[in-house]
Amino acid sequence: MSLILIAALPFLGALLPGLMIRSGRNACAWATASVTLTALIGLLVHAPAVMRGEVIQYRLEWMPLLGLNANFFLDGLGLLFAGLILGIGLLIIIYARFYLSRQDPMGQFYTYLLLFQGAMVGIVLSDNVLLMLIFWELTSLSSFLLIGYWKHLPEGRQGARMALAVTGMGGLALIGGMLILGNIVGSYDLTVILQNKELIQASPLYLPALILILLGCFTKSAQFPFHFWLPHAMAAPTPVSAYLHSATMVKAGLFLMARLWPVLAGTPEWFYIVATTGLITMVLGAVIALFKDDLKALLAFSTVSHLGLITMLLGFGTPFAAVVAVFHIINHATFKAALFMSAGIVDHETHTRDIKRLGGLRHLMPVTFTIVMVAGLSMAGIPLFNGFLSKEMMLDAATEAPWNGNHWIVPALATLGALFSVAYSFRLIVHTFLGPKRDDYPAKPHDPGFGMWAPPALLAVLVVLIGIMPALMVGPLVATASGAVIGGELPYYSLKIWHGVNAALFMSIIAVAGGLILLAMHRPLDAAWIRARRPEAKAIFDALMRAVTGAANALTDGLHNGAMTRYAAIFTLAVILAGSAAWFGGTNPAPVREALAIGPVPLIGWILLMVATGCMVAFHRNRLLSLVLMGIVGLIVSVAFAYMSAPDLALTQISVEVVTIILLLLALNFLPKHTPVESSNARRFRDGTIAVLGGLAVGGLSLAMLLSDFSQESISAFHLANSKPGGGGTNVVNVILVDFRGFDTFGEIIVLGIAALVIFAMTESVLNSPIGAWLKQRPINPLEAGDRHPLMMVVATRVMMPIALMVGVFIFLRGHNEPGGGFIAGLIVAIALVMQYMASGFDWATARQRYPYHMIIALGVFAAAFTGIGSWFADRPFLTSNYGYFQIPPMGEFELATAMAFDVGVFLCVVGAVMLALESLSRFAHRAGDRPSPYPMDIDPSRDLPQEAKDA
Amino acid sequence: MEYLLATAIGAMTAAGIYLLLRQRTFPVILGISMLTYAVNLFLFASGRIAINLPPVLLNKTPTYTDPLPQALVLTAIVISFGMTAVVVLMGLGAFLSARTDHVNLNEGQDDSAEAGK
Repeated sequence: MSLILIAALPFLGALLPGLMIRSGRNACAWATASVTLTALIGLLVHAPAVMRGEVIQYRLEWMPLLGLNANFFLDGLGLLFAGLILGIGLLIIIYARFYLSRQDPMGQFYTYLLLFQGAMVGIVLSDNVLLMLIFWELTSLSSFLLIGYWKHLPEGRQGARMALAVTGMGGLALIGGMLILGNIVGSYDLTVILQNKELIQASPLYLPALILILLGCFTKSAQFPFHFWLPHAMAAPTPVSAYLHSATMVKAGLFLMARLWPVLAGTPEWFYIVATTGLITMVLGAVIALFKDDLKALLAFSTVSHLGLITMLLGFGTPFAAVVAVFHIINHATFKAALFMSAGIVDHETHTRDIKRLGGLRHLMPVTFTIVMVAGLSMAGIPLFNGFLSKEMMLDAATEAPWNGNHWIVPALATLGALFSVAYSFRLIVHTFLGPKRDDYPAKPHDPGFGMWAPPALLAVLVVLIGIMPALMVGPLVATASGAVIGGELPYYSLKIWHGVNAALFMSIIAVAGGLILLAMHRPLDAAWIRARRPEAKAIFDALMRAVTGAANALTDGLHNGAMTRYAAIFTLAVILAGSAAWFGGTNPAPVREALAIGPVPLIGWILLMVATGCMVAFHRNRLLSLVLMGIVGLIVSVAFAYMSAPDLALTQISVEVVTIILLLLALNFLPKHTPVESSNARRFRDGTIAVLGGLAVGGLSLAMLLSDFSQESISAFHLANSKPGGGGTNVVNVILVDFRGFDTFGEIIVLGIAALVIFAMTESVLNSPIGAWLKQRPINPLEAGDRHPLMMVVATRVMMPIALMVGVFIFLRGHNEPGGGFIAGLIVAIALVMQYMASGFDWATARQRYPYHMIIALGVFAAAFTGIGSWFADRPFLTSNYGYFQIPPMGEFELATAMAFDVGVFLCVVGAVMLALESLSRFAHRAGDRPSPYPMDIDPSRDLPQEAKDA
Repeated sequence: MEYLLATAIGAMTAAGIYLLLRQRTFPVILGISMLTYAVNLFLFASGRIAINLPPVLLNKTPTYTDPLPQALVLTAIVISFGMTAVVVLMGLGAFLSARTDHVNLNEGQDDSAEAGK
């Protein structure tokens, strides 16, 4: 099976449980299990080749420019981890079927589980570090869902949040580290990175990259001081704990350390950071585990301790220690998953996980007892079980790891860790299962059904088999996986029970004896432990989170206190500062262009503009006056466009000016006509300062730009050269709009259409609310109600209408070659229509409006889109244009280009959008009871004259 | 000419920013409109000033004005009308709903740091 399929199968299969749950819980579980089983078989098919030392690859270009490719590879390490993930996953799926109660939504659970499984498989099979980072984040997210699966439990939610916060932050650090690593090597492919040890270790960025990557690994694998999230994640259902926190997610950090071991390990930095962290975590986790009464908490801290052990081994940096690490990963996954599942069984059957309330279960739950005893003894490191083998080898490796020249500190602490490990393992067995039978269990304990004990039992059998015949059972796997970690020759090692009388054996004996003594003294020690004041990790974490959240809130509330004016001021200042920093920090273009001479006409225009702008600020409280002033400014701007050789812009600006002023007047109909004085003088001074600063900055920038030449050659020359031969038009501006950059224009008319529809929707919502009802009933102000539809205006607009439409058509048709085009024509036609509304009133005009403006917008967008699609039929890309010339008798020769059909779309869209916006605003003025008048004007002499006069 | 255009753009920007910082919707809309003029002129000016040059291809003249900024500004003018219309309607709807055209959440709230305390 292709590697990408193995990684994708769980994701695809994640859809199944949600569907299959309708057919019952068994069907759901079978569907989920079959997905995992298929992936597992697909993986195992590759196993023989990988065991021979081959590396299976699958390459797929995804975003090659970013270096992000969907490359997968499978070597010994990948095979080991993928096998653990899928194999234990399968057992967990079966176990969960019987563990979850009827109230638990099982479909959700299996979906989350498969998502998680896919993400984990993705991590271990990725050949591209960017791809791996994506999967890495996916594990954080899906484990959040799994840990918080029991949404009704506050501990579950808190534990899930904590896990996400810690592993998520580690993930961020990891992204940084991986990017640095990829940068050093020049490739994001793991296979390439793994071959560049010298390059990476010689780089000055080695240490930052190492620290960032290790932060990611340590948070994920719950290493000190990030170990605290793992016990809190135990609020999850036990199948989740057994899966995530024994075999998979917490091993992801170890996997990454092992994966990058060939290029990162071997330096003093690596040894001191990784080995020391691992050592501290191992001892600390083991000590705390002894004093936990909750079965799962005990196992959680024991996991922390064992993860520390493996981290320490990887940290030693010697090939032998790496082999031991790989071996212990296998062993730990088997016995710990079995123990977690057994703890779940005890919890499930007795309704408590508190060791102090248990004891004497040996005869009540014989099967569970057997499983726990086997796995527990393995965890303690007792001979004949697999934990013993890797523990012996670990102690052996520890004797050869001098710490800062000190030869005894690492072995001594390792022995101490092993000693506590023995103590808590025996406590788990003795205090839960041995001792007298009690009569106060919360529920009557008995062994669970076969489906529930079979998965841990299978693992327990493995524990024994590996313990007795290690070389036969896992020898080749350990060799292949270690070979992949080391990336070179395997060191001498042997997987066997009896290594002769050596230092490790004595350390082991000390550990077992000491552990048993500790257990015997557990009662007084426990009392002392409870009395002792210890730093509580959760309290520290919560305080830290509170402080961070508080600081973030203070910053956000300080900047965003609900005052829009403050945001605007901060934003403006920030832009000015950023622009100034760029300007004064960079090299600026020299003023090389001669300033053009100032003629009298532009000077007059400039004076008008400056006076109007100044007056606008001075008189802005009088809103009608400021609208007049704005009209002046707009007029001069359009004249300026005309003067500076931009007739298209001048035409557009002046027609937009007309509709804008109408729009604002319509709004002013309802808004107050004056702005009150509110700001203090200090406030106005502050705003004035910001405004002047902004004006100076923009003005200075404009001047610098105007007086300097293009920094790069302009692409305008291309447009000028190709406008006629390529686009068939001599008006280059229009050809750019409808042809060269037609796709942009297409987007812009859609935006315009959306804006109009937004306006329509907002109008609807306001008018359909109580405000609308109030508006409809508002009294008529007698002062407003004069001759609202004067005869002169009605007659003038009627005469103007066909002329204006004609002008619109003319401007539209000439647009390709002379100034004009769809935008301008659309605005002119819209103005002609608006004038009818103004002359005879909204109701009169609406009654004669046959085509809704929405439809006109839609027609416009479709016309433009179909023109673009039309070029597909000629096997050309979207919006490729073609053209020819035609005679339209009264108007002379015109060109018909396909671009013209596109321009029709622009035209319709502009007409529809402008009209819909203005019409929506006018609807506010509509009162209840207003009926469309049958007459276009209020006073009509021909109507009012007596009949005789007409006859005469 | 360059000086005239640059000072005009600067003045309109300053007026726009000042009005933008007012506390009522209508001046803010006016401010945005003024900023629109300034920005459009600025974009247009990036083609540098050309007087009496044809924007349309003719056989006689060898030089032309820069058509690219013109094309970009043309759509910008139309789009900015659409955006102004949306903002106007938001302002109008807010005024009718809240019976005030204040832009800040708490009426009369001063945004200066001293008032926040």
